[in-house]
Amino acid sequence: MTATSPAVAGPRNPMISLAARGFVKIGVLPVLVLVALVVFASMSDNFLTVENIHSALRQNSYIVIATLGQFIVLLTGGFDLSIGAVTALVSVSTAMAMVAQAETSSPLTAVLVGIAVGMLVGMGCGLVNALGIASMNINPFIMTLATASAFSGLALMLTSGVPVSGLPVEFSDWLGFNQILGIGVPIWIAALAAVGLWVLLTLTRPGRHIYSVGSSPKAARLSGISEFRTLLLAYVAAGGLAAIGSVLLTARIETGEANLGASLPLQTIAAAVIGGVSLRGGSGRVIDAVLGAVFIGIVANGMNLAQINSYYQMIVTGAVLALAVVADRLRSRLAVAVYAGKV
Amino acid sequence: MTEPVLRVRGLTKKYPGVTALDRVDFELRRGEVHALFGENGAGKSTLISIISGAQHPDGGTIEVGGRAVELSGVAAARGLGISAVFQEFSLMPTMTVAENLVMGSEPGRFGFVDRRRIRRLARERLEEFGFRIAPDRLVETLSRAEQQMVEIAKAFRPELSVLILDEPTASLTDEEAERLFALVEEARGRGIGIIYITHRMAEIRRLADRVTVLRDGRLVTTVPGDTPDEQLINLMTGRVVEDLYPELPVPGTGVMLAARGLTTFDGSVRNASFELRAGEIVGFAGLMGSGKSAAARACFGLERVDAGTVTVAGQDLTGAKPAAVMKSGVVYLPSDRKQEGLFLERPLRETVTLPWLRRAPMSAGPLLRPGRERAVAGDMLRRMRLSPADPERPAASYSGGNQQKGLLGRALLGECTTYLLDEPTVGVDVGARVTIYEQIVALARAGSAVLVVSSELPEILHLCHRVYVFSHGQITAELIGADINEETILRHMMHWGEPAVKDIA
Repeated sequence: MTATSPAVAGPRNPMISLAARGFVKIGVLPVLVLVALVVFASMSDNFLTVENIHSALRQNSYIVIATLGQFIVLLTGGFDLSIGAVTALVSVSTAMAMVAQAETSSPLTAVLVGIAVGMLVGMGCGLVNALGIASMNINPFIMTLATASAFSGLALMLTSGVPVSGLPVEFSDWLGFNQILGIGVPIWIAALAAVGLWVLLTLTRPGRHIYSVGSSPKAARLSGISEFRTLLLAYVAAGGLAAIGSVLLTARIETGEANLGASLPLQTIAAAVIGGVSLRGGSGRVIDAVLGAVFIGIVANGMNLAQINSYYQMIVTGAVLALAVVADRLRSRLAVAVYAGKV
Repeated sequence: MTEPVLRVRGLTKKYPGVTALDRVDFELRRGEVHALFGENGAGKSTLISIISGAQHPDGGTIEVGGRAVELSGVAAARGLGISAVFQEFSLMPTMTVAENLVMGSEPGRFGFVDRRRIRRLARERLEEFGFRIAPDRLVETLSRAEQQMVEIAKAFRPELSVLILDEPTASLTDEEAERLFALVEEARGRGIGIIYITHRMAEIRRLADRVTVLRDGRLVTTVPGDTPDEQLINLMTGRVVEDLYPELPVPGTGVMLAARGLTTFDGSVRNASFELRAGEIVGFAGLMGSGKSAAARACFGLERVDAGTVTVAGQDLTGAKPAAVMKSGVVYLPSDRKQEGLFLERPLRETVTLPWLRRAPMSAGPLLRPGRERAVAGDMLRRMRLSPADPERPAASYSGGNQQKGLLGRALLGECTTYLLDEPTVGVDVGARVTIYEQIVALARAGSAVLVVSSELPEILHLCHRVYVFSHGQITAELIGADINEETILRHMMHWGEPAVKDIA
């Protein structure tokens, strides 16, 4: 009653009030998903088939994993614009390590060494970002923009721009095309990553610290929380998740590519924001980020099936992102009004 | 000079389940400062947001200059000469002072903004009030007080007849507040009617011609500005002032925290020595910027220490980080709850439990136990008598008094041995104060050392066993027993006579 926020005057119609409360609670995404499903199902008979849904999910699992990485950084109030460059650098270094190791050892060893190198490179990239942001206090936007350029330059330098081929076939068989219980391996791994991140964020102290640092760094400090360690965890985890996505993608395309993931920074931020993750940090759930990424996948898949020109697809993605940001603003303003008992 | 410039009759505003204003009458004369007084939730904010056009009443009439009006919005109210300065500023931080002052009515020429004229208009406006702020400065580079000045200069316009100030001194130093008071007095002299919201008795004493007291959305009464404090509090709460402060327990003797020759890097504290003992409530009194808050912050590792030592239970913790100080059983309650205390968009539970998550019922090994955590937070909110005591609501959705009670609950949850409470009742209504005082005394009774840093003299007088008075970064007196009286404290607050005079001039 005493909130001095005269900006939001509450509607009094009970239907509008109910809609507003529902909107604050679940966000705009379920509505968008429903609209997309109806539209695409009516445009193409193949859209709602088991095979199509499975293949859409599999194609999408890479973006889901990368979005999880972006999401954890967004929670701290930061950005990771280097996520695409990390993907490229990991792809290249995984492939090169694997090819080199395969000359002297069994395919299994070569694959494991390659994956280990890729994961270390990904987390190392995250560490570089974290050091710049957490200890030198560089704005995350600038820091990751800078490292994005450096990492992708490094990837190009390592390969001279030529794709790395000659990977062990087992690598693609196991991680690219294999199915467990009829479901593709990348989908399993994406699901595991989501569950793992959910456990970290909701059931552990470091997870809670991530939310608190994103919500108010000063208040977190007064609660005895180390901002440095928290940011370190977030950016290294983001690098690790980008590496997992990159390894899976490399297995799928059977080469190490230095130009992989160029559209990931936009796509992952868009996915998280559409899912309802706040750009101001401190609020958002794992499920929001996953659904946001899946939604972007549904739209891309549906438009492909409906044979919509890929240029139009880019326009649609941009428009949906802008719309989601507007909806996010509206939602946080409405939330204040709802809790103040005005709606 | 006594004709009413504004008169509202039977003003009513209902929200689902709550009547925020119930048939309130209010009258503002030309050239008067009319204070609105009441607990949080009494209806002050609703009343001023209706008068400033930001909200629409469900019933009642508003007359401006004797004519019935319909305030369709803030712009309509402004057109009638009503301007409001809310606690949340409306300035654009990345624009200059001049641009902000003319915002919405920029003088133009041939469709272009006329920068030179904007600057001249702004300078004239600032000079009129005697504000020495360069019109070219960016608003984000101004102190909060200077921003407030710009906000006020923006609210003043030639046709201004009603000025609304919502707790204008909340973030000002005493010196800055003095300038604001002078300004208010000048506005009164010009025949402007001023509605002034404050929780501070001293400001009512100083400025108000009349006081209107609201309680639970109803008008209690309108009384002259020189009505005694006790009577005003009585009117506001239905309580007598003696009931506010509980009886103090007998203090112990063991030293819990000691500072020797403490000097901060920025010079805000110089050569301060003090100690906090078990079962004792110690007060730090002083003007804003006297170093009383910085001294407490330095003990908690929030100010860089240049010289001196801080020991907790015999252990040297000089310059330790907050996390390390907390491990030794010390907790700090910040004075700025929005910036340094609360996680506003998160459930209040997270603010309350965050520092103590490692403790037994809330964690099992590396994992949290959400059910237990919720129960612990809920119990604490009930103990602090929050309404509603719902730990899952965002911290931002609670009133200031409830937020402060939640933060104190967070400190209590740590079961610490030393509590550093920085302005524990800042911007808090009397009802919440009673709860907070009870808890502070209960802490001392249980054997903890409690430090109360306070700008509220009554708190220092009634709540403390022992008082250190700060002035210009130094401790000028340590008072015990009968020496803790208003006159002695004020004398020592002003101890450093000469620089204080220089600063004001």
